[in-house]
Formats: sequence, C-alpha cells, structure tokens
Amino acid sequence: MSSHSESRFPIKHLIGYIASIVLTGAAAWIALGTELPMGWIVAGIMALAIIQAGIQLFMFMHITETDSGGIQLGNMIYAFGIAGIIVLGSIWVMSFGYHDHGTDGGGSETEEHGGDH
Amino acid sequence: MSAHTEATTGPMEYRTQEGRMNILGFWIFLGAEIALFATIFATYAVMIGRTADAPPPQELFSLPITLLMTFLLLTSSFTCGIAINEMRRGSKNGLLLWMGMTLVLGLGFLGLEIYEFEHLVHEGASISSAAYWSAFFTLTGTHGLHVTVGLGWGILLLIQLYQRGITPRTASKFFIFGLYWHFLDVVWIFVYTVVYLLGMVG
Repeated sequence: MSSHSESRFPIKHLIGYIASIVLTGAAAWIALGTELPMGWIVAGIMALAIIQAGIQLFMFMHITETDSGGIQLGNMIYAFGIAGIIVLGSIWVMSFGYHDHGTDGGGSETEEHGGDH
Repeated sequence: MSAHTEATTGPMEYRTQEGRMNILGFWIFLGAEIALFATIFATYAVMIGRTADAPPPQELFSLPITLLMTFLLLTSSFTCGIAINEMRRGSKNGLLLWMGMTLVLGLGFLGLEIYEFEHLVHEGASISSAAYWSAFFTLTGTHGLHVTVGLGWGILLLIQLYQRGITPRTASKFFIFGLYWHFLDVVWIFVYTVVYLLGMVG
C-alpha cells in the first residue's frame, strides 16, 4: 500500500501555506495600511491574489501532474482568460459613457449629450 | 495504448483509466466553475457603489472577521493537501484525521459567514436593500453554497472511506474532492481581495 515515497510532512505544502498567509496579510496592509492611490492598491492586491491562486493550483492541486497536466493547465489558463474578459469587459461596457471618470455616478447629462453638437 | 491498462505503481487515484479520466473531467468542470464565478464577479463589479439608501460596505465590513474567515479557509485548504498526501502514503487514519480537520475548519468558515450575513441584515443590508447588496449576497452566497455542498460531499466520502478503505476508486474520489476544496479557496482569495479589501477601502 505505502509504496509511494511521499514524506510525512510535505515541505511544498508548508511553504505554500505560509506564503498564502503572508500574501493575505500583505494584501490587507496594502489596502488598509498604506496611503497609495486607489489604482495602485487595486493593481497591487490583484497581483497578490493571482499569485495566491497560482500557489493553490501548482503547490496544492498538482495541476501539472500526470500526462494530462498540459491539458489541465491549458484549460485553467483558458478559463481564467474567459473570466478576465467577462469581468473587465463588463466593467468597461458598464462604465463607458456613463461616468464622468467615476466621480459621482450622476451628472451624466453633459457626458451623454456632449457629442451631439 | 498503455493508458488502458491498470498501473500497479504510482498514486492510487491514477491507477485506473476511469480514475484518471474522472480527474481530468473534474479539471474541465472547474473551468466551467471559473466561468460561473466570473459572471457573478462581473455583476458585482459593475454594482460597486450602488447602495441606494442602504449603508455602504465601508461601514459594515469587519477586518478581523474577514481575516479570520480567510485564515480558516486557507488552513482548511492546507490540511486538505496534507490529507491527500497521507492518502498517497497509504494511511487511512491519516486521511480520515486530516480530512476531518478540513471539514471542521470549513464548518467554522461557514458559521462565521452565517454570523456575518445575520449582522449585515440586522444593520439594514439585505439581498433586497440595494443593487450592490444583491450582488454581494449572490456572490458570497454562491461561494458559501459551494462550501456547504463540499461539507456534505466530504462527510459522505469519509463514510465511504471508513467502510471500504483506500482503493483506486475511493482514492480518485478523494483526490477530486481535494481539487474542489482547493478551488473554493481560489475563489475565496478573489472574494477577499475584490469584495472585502476593496470594499473596506471604499
């Protein structure tokens, strides 16, 4: 039964776990503990989230294991691509022409009729 | 092709053709799950700020509770990984113990989420109070529903493991459950980042 050479406490999992905790704390600090502009906060914590997702996929889920690893990885990249298009596309479509650069959401009067004359 | 023959070495969950195909199939399913959550995240993203007369998230979200929920789910993902490692070592008791811990941590997460929802509704932010809150409860609720389904699934698998032990069949089922559970943590990382952290920044 115990033919496989798995160690009792897999170091890869431990590293992944500690890294996840550190990244979670770092994201909270960037968002709430710094005075960075909003754009930098969004970019910074999204980058940390993507790294954390990578930790789960590669270190915990063994995505590249076995000979169907390439298909699995390709499928995930494709799915995350779809997710990006759906989310960013929706934000783009719903904010284009509505907001005056996101100041108050109202006052679209001038924006909407701006191109008419 | 040698893929049709049963292997006698390597991890138990990959030894039969059926086991390998089920695992590959589940990865494809996770791709569909990502598309599902993407549509809900998209709806959430465009509803940010549309709180109407309800209180905004900055006033209601609590950092300690959010961090605790994140910590519980992260830890459960870690113990789930250890459980699969124990399974590969051939230890039925190890798998039972670590997977049991995973489910207890998941239950803790769910309890906190229910507590938080109760608190939000009490403060005047329910699924019907504003577009933003509808999107919030749809997103976090869909994730919470997945965790609930996972808890039920995990309990059934543990019963099966107790009865049958580690076989190529049960091993494949546990590995697939592990993929599901780690995936729920992937989704939560984005909920934590996009909903809670950005919600608290305002």
